[in-house]
Amino acid sequence: MVKRTYEEINAKIRAGEAVVVTAEEVISMVREKGVEETAVTVDVVTTATFGPMCSSGVFFNLGHTKPRMKMSRVFLNGVEAYAGLAAVDAYLGATQVSETDPGNKAFPGEFNYGGGHVIEELVEGKEVLLEAVAYGTDCYPRKKLEKMIRLEDIPQAILFNPRNAYQNYNVAVNLSDRTLYTYMGILKPNMGNANYSTSGQLSPLFNDPFYRTIGMGTKIFLGGGVGYVSWYGTQHHPDVLRGENGVPLSPAGTLAVMGDLKQMSSRWLRGVSFLGYGASLMVGIGIPIPVLDEEMLKYTAVSDEEIFAPVVDYSEAYPQNLGETIGQVSYAQLKSGEITIGDRVVPTAPLSSYHGAREIAMILKEWIKNGEFLLTKPVFTLPLSGEKINFKGLA
Amino acid sequence: MKQKMVLYFPSTVTEQPFTYYLIKDYNLMVNILKANINPRKEGRAVVEISGEKKDFLAGLDFLQSRGVKIFPLEQEIVWVEERCTHCGACSVICPAGALVLERPEMTVKFHNDKCIVCEHCIKACPSRAMEARY
Repeated sequence: MVKRTYEEINAKIRAGEAVVVTAEEVISMVREKGVEETAVTVDVVTTATFGPMCSSGVFFNLGHTKPRMKMSRVFLNGVEAYAGLAAVDAYLGATQVSETDPGNKAFPGEFNYGGGHVIEELVEGKEVLLEAVAYGTDCYPRKKLEKMIRLEDIPQAILFNPRNAYQNYNVAVNLSDRTLYTYMGILKPNMGNANYSTSGQLSPLFNDPFYRTIGMGTKIFLGGGVGYVSWYGTQHHPDVLRGENGVPLSPAGTLAVMGDLKQMSSRWLRGVSFLGYGASLMVGIGIPIPVLDEEMLKYTAVSDEEIFAPVVDYSEAYPQNLGETIGQVSYAQLKSGEITIGDRVVPTAPLSSYHGAREIAMILKEWIKNGEFLLTKPVFTLPLSGEKINFKGLA
Repeated sequence: MKQKMVLYFPSTVTEQPFTYYLIKDYNLMVNILKANINPRKEGRAVVEISGEKKDFLAGLDFLQSRGVKIFPLEQEIVWVEERCTHCGACSVICPAGALVLERPEMTVKFHNDKCIVCEHCIKACPSRAMEARY
């Protein structure tokens, strides 16, 4: 039986001797050589995802002005950042749209510019217009500020995403007779298409279904730079039905992640717009999984055929929060381009980029192989039962 | 021969039944892929015309002699590859099979020759990688 500690794996990484493969590559290795032999060979498996993650944003410290200012409203390129914090701190959320955006008044709205786009432009090095107003105090007299700024001018910018990398997600269909515009993309009437959004066999939490290695402090690839898992994500909901392989059959675990925005890349943080829904941010995340033992290796070898997602109607069941599903399909079926629901063959489309996820898993693999990226043992792993988490609706 | 093109109709000729003439007098097949008339009464249509080369050229001459302007279609919809994240959301929206998610690579490919310039992809693409250029 193979056993490895984080320290042993890191020693091999430092020596440039670690065997690192992606969560895609490990599947064929196990099919060829079996779990036992592969577990002996492989030290680390890299996983990744690159998809729209609405619960994302950036904490800024914008720097003090002369005279000082306690900013009460802050706008970056016309997109409001929440400023109910200390003087020059603000949080820009990915889905916040520009003040002048008409929303869905002319349905479906285009939402061409939002917080996600501001974040992408800042990371790209572009100049952004900062506007701030304040009521003025004895200690913070300034009331107005307008200034062009770049990311390099801002003292601190921390990407902090309260919910990313969902462990499984709905497959969205539309049973009604009109087109729907959703965060799952455009859904054509009468089940004209089925949209899904995870990277399946490459997705981090599918490869560690019981969170044995992922938790607070896990060092990750985040937006092209280095970040950390900082907590379990909002709506983290481990108590769902799982398959025999432990993989949840519906949306389950989530991650809160953070990292210094200044070392990230606009290649892996992309502002996106969903017709009729809003703006968001595509986030690239890569998580290394240490092969602590055979069991861990077995988890990472999970393939698209063994991962199932619920099909949900977005004309009724989702918006009305009915909790109904109309079936289960595997990611292998979803990725083939069509699924069968009842007697209907329905074309599928992803919203998450598998191509991007594959590239991130390769990049992370190279970082580790080159000795640039060591693994961290989490301070605590993600909660496995909902005891501590009250997952319930409002009404 | 067979070719897709954009026809521009000045307001003075918008009401003339060009399709009828092309079919009846020039023995051409006319497939209207998209057509609209703007508030200034100018018309714009994306058509695919096919027939014998002689008829085809004569038909186009006829259109031009009546003031219809003919533009090539090739440059209309542009795939800005560096903005494309290869998510594939466009692939079920494109009705012409011009935008496809290639498997197993899982990368988006744009087949210009199949594009019918319906422009559905422009707003369906989350990262706005599709642009219309005239």
